[in-house]
Amino acid sequence: MTDTPLVELSKIGLTRGGHRILDGVDLAVYPGRILTVVGPNGAGKSTLLKVALGLVGASEGEVRRSAKVVGYVPQRLEIGSLLPLSVRRFLAMAVPERMERDRLEAILDAVGAGHVLGRQVANLSGGELQRVLLARALLRRPQLLVLDEPVGGVDVAGQAELYDLISRQARAERVGVLMVSHDLHVVMAATDHVVCLNRHVCCAGHPEAVSIHPEYLALFGPSVAASLAIYTHAHDHGHCADGRIQPLDHVHGPECRHG
Amino acid sequence: MDEFLLRAVAAGWALAVVAGPLGCFVVWRRMAYFGDALAHSSLLGIVLGLLLGVAPLVGVVGLCAVAALILAWAESDRHTSGDSLLGILAHGALALGLVLLSLMDKMRLDLMGWLFGDILAVSWSDAAWLWAGAVVLLLLLATHWRTLVAVAVDEDLARVEGHPVGRARVVLMLLIAMGVAASMKIVGMMLVTAMLIIPAAAARRLARTPEQMAIAASVAGGLAVVLGLAGSWTLDTPSGPSIVTVAAFLFLLSRCIPAR
Repeated sequence: MTDTPLVELSKIGLTRGGHRILDGVDLAVYPGRILTVVGPNGAGKSTLLKVALGLVGASEGEVRRSAKVVGYVPQRLEIGSLLPLSVRRFLAMAVPERMERDRLEAILDAVGAGHVLGRQVANLSGGELQRVLLARALLRRPQLLVLDEPVGGVDVAGQAELYDLISRQARAERVGVLMVSHDLHVVMAATDHVVCLNRHVCCAGHPEAVSIHPEYLALFGPSVAASLAIYTHAHDHGHCADGRIQPLDHVHGPECRHG
Repeated sequence: MDEFLLRAVAAGWALAVVAGPLGCFVVWRRMAYFGDALAHSSLLGIVLGLLLGVAPLVGVVGLCAVAALILAWAESDRHTSGDSLLGILAHGALALGLVLLSLMDKMRLDLMGWLFGDILAVSWSDAAWLWAGAVVLLLLLATHWRTLVAVAVDEDLARVEGHPVGRARVVLMLLIAMGVAASMKIVGMMLVTAMLIIPAAAARRLARTPEQMAIAASVAGGLAVVLGLAGSWTLDTPSGPSIVTVAAFLFLLSRCIPAR
């Protein structure tokens, strides 16, 4: 990979109130690539994203961010019912310049929330708000998308659509994606690089390699890992140990839904 | 109508105009207790003003500004619990103010006037100062409006989107401090926060955008001033509490409007 990373963390450590939250974490997000962070609750996933965004300062290590425009979907957004704010206005706030109406509606349609444009943000359901937040992040035409459980609260059919949209954006616009997700099935299918985090990086690499890694199995249990096996998708390339792409002897069949 | 009523309305409207938008930020950002803390600690400002031989209001403005800066700094440090710190600062300063007040026995201080306000005693020059302050406050609000609304929605999002969040937060706290100091004379330190919160809350159901809510809050505050003063005049009730009572009644009335 010759691209410069959009954001690169090296040896990140964070101690808060005597608790070690992150320890020696390295990761880098490249244009057009999707990096997913998985891990149990309290593993420091959301904090890691905030460190990458510069919202939380690390105690040790270095954050280098070259991406100028960043789209962020926080894990939760609480807008009190006392703040009158339409979805249209909420979306328009994401960019400094005036927004063309068509573009706003097109993006909202793409995330499957076209019908909420005139509604008040405080009245949206959890899933609707999550879709609007993703639309808002995309409206900024980001170089880097940072998504903290972007499909939380979204119905199952919608989840697949949204992940599909995210990966299409990554490929077509060469957007780098740094994402936290609990949906291990989808993670394994739509991710280039998985980082398994439990304060430190337990293991990292290509999804299929990570899913059989002993530390990953210890963290999620063999039954979860086994159930993932059915969902792994065929790839038209493999990876060498250093991450370089290596062509596979694979003939596309009628069932292939990739490249 | 007597001239002192006109003066009172002029001063009250200056307050209502700034309390509208400021109060909106107070309810959006859940800072009601912050306003209370500033109001309580302002007694210390009055006493210090008297001790230093400057106008009590100058002492109040100074103390509110210092308290706001301390709290803004404390809020950015996420290790301290902002809630307890507010309480310590507010009541510590209030108690110290009362102690100092009892020590200067020769000083005449209209404590009731400061506690519950004395809008009928304002002079034309007071009203002019209030309007001058109101214009400055509104200009500062207008220049930071986009960032302040973004921060009211979500601070992290605002930061990622490149808004100067830290500066806007300090500006907002200083503006609220100025608003609190200015309302001392009108409704008194016990009811200062009421003038910020109640008109804003009353305006919520009338508004579909942040701007509409800010303007509606100013109008509601202005209405409360006029009706409150009228009631105070006819029924011979204290003016500050009368204004706040009307505002509370307007809020109840607004609840009859269906939510939009």
